[in-house]
Amino acid sequence: MSIDTPAPHHGNPTGHDHLEPHGSMKGYLTGFILSVILTAVPFWLVMDHVITSPGWTTATILFLAAVQIFVHMVYFLHMNTRSEGGWSMLALIFTLVMVIITLSGSIWVMYHLNANMMPMTPAMAESAP
Amino acid sequence: MATQALLAGNGAPTFYVTEEEHHPEGGSTMLGFWIYLMSDCLIFAGLFATYGVLGHSYAGGPSGRDVFELPLVAVNTAMLLFSSITYGFAMLAMERGSKSQTLLWMAITWVFGAAFIGIEMHEFAGLIAEGHGPWTSGFLTAFFSLVGTHGLHVTSGLIWMIVLMVQTAQKGLIPANKRRLMCLSMFWHFLDVVWIGVFTFVYLMGVL
Repeated sequence: MSIDTPAPHHGNPTGHDHLEPHGSMKGYLTGFILSVILTAVPFWLVMDHVITSPGWTTATILFLAAVQIFVHMVYFLHMNTRSEGGWSMLALIFTLVMVIITLSGSIWVMYHLNANMMPMTPAMAESAP
Repeated sequence: MATQALLAGNGAPTFYVTEEEHHPEGGSTMLGFWIYLMSDCLIFAGLFATYGVLGHSYAGGPSGRDVFELPLVAVNTAMLLFSSITYGFAMLAMERGSKSQTLLWMAITWVFGAAFIGIEMHEFAGLIAEGHGPWTSGFLTAFFSLVGTHGLHVTSGLIWMIVLMVQTAQKGLIPANKRRLMCLSMFWHFLDVVWIGVFTFVYLMGVL
């Protein structure tokens, strides 16, 4: 939502009728068309096996997802650096840092845990305490 | 601004503010709701991380390639995307002050959202009927938790949307209702953003 906080606290007693118009028909349609493309392309890449290497397909669809998230943030959620005096952007950046630490940290730690586990045969597992 | 001075033990005066600053009603609602959404984002981060860790723990059960039907997921994604743009149209109608058009676009959004939930329920029911319930493997537990949590959020959004449609129909587009509609708008678009992560990370990468 692109609401600039009513600048001084005492300034505007009506509170809410002075909201910035959030989004326009053009903005929503641009966002929608971009999202349709950014959704259709990864589905096409995966369903028709366009790229032979799964690694490159993964990299491409992850990149397209990141671009689509950005498009939604800008055109649908109306994020910008000015809304709420910059506090919503700050909260978003903090959250992104937490999300990246959670995701990459968990996957990294658990991958190494699995890799460092001693291989165990079913027979060993039965006699394990 | 009224202040009062206190004399501390050593005689030095200390000051404190006796009146709260005046905040217009609802002035901080949007930021507060945004921060709620960010905390919700962390819940989803935990669920995505769980799926990232357990996503290949099949325990002899099926893998994503065996159980995911991409055409169904594509239809589902389209439903959510359509509901996003129609909610956008509802917001534009609200800006114009047209109550009837706001209600009409919200009703259309609700139908798309309900279609999304219907398709997801169909998918879940099919999986469970084939014996691939969440108890089968770590992979399916993580899958049902992540996709199910998103589905619960969408369901809450649908209930909220009915409440707001009733309120808007009764009281009109008063400032309080506009504020509520904008909160739901953020919630709804946020769920679409989470779904981008779900269809990419879970479904598309699951069948690769």
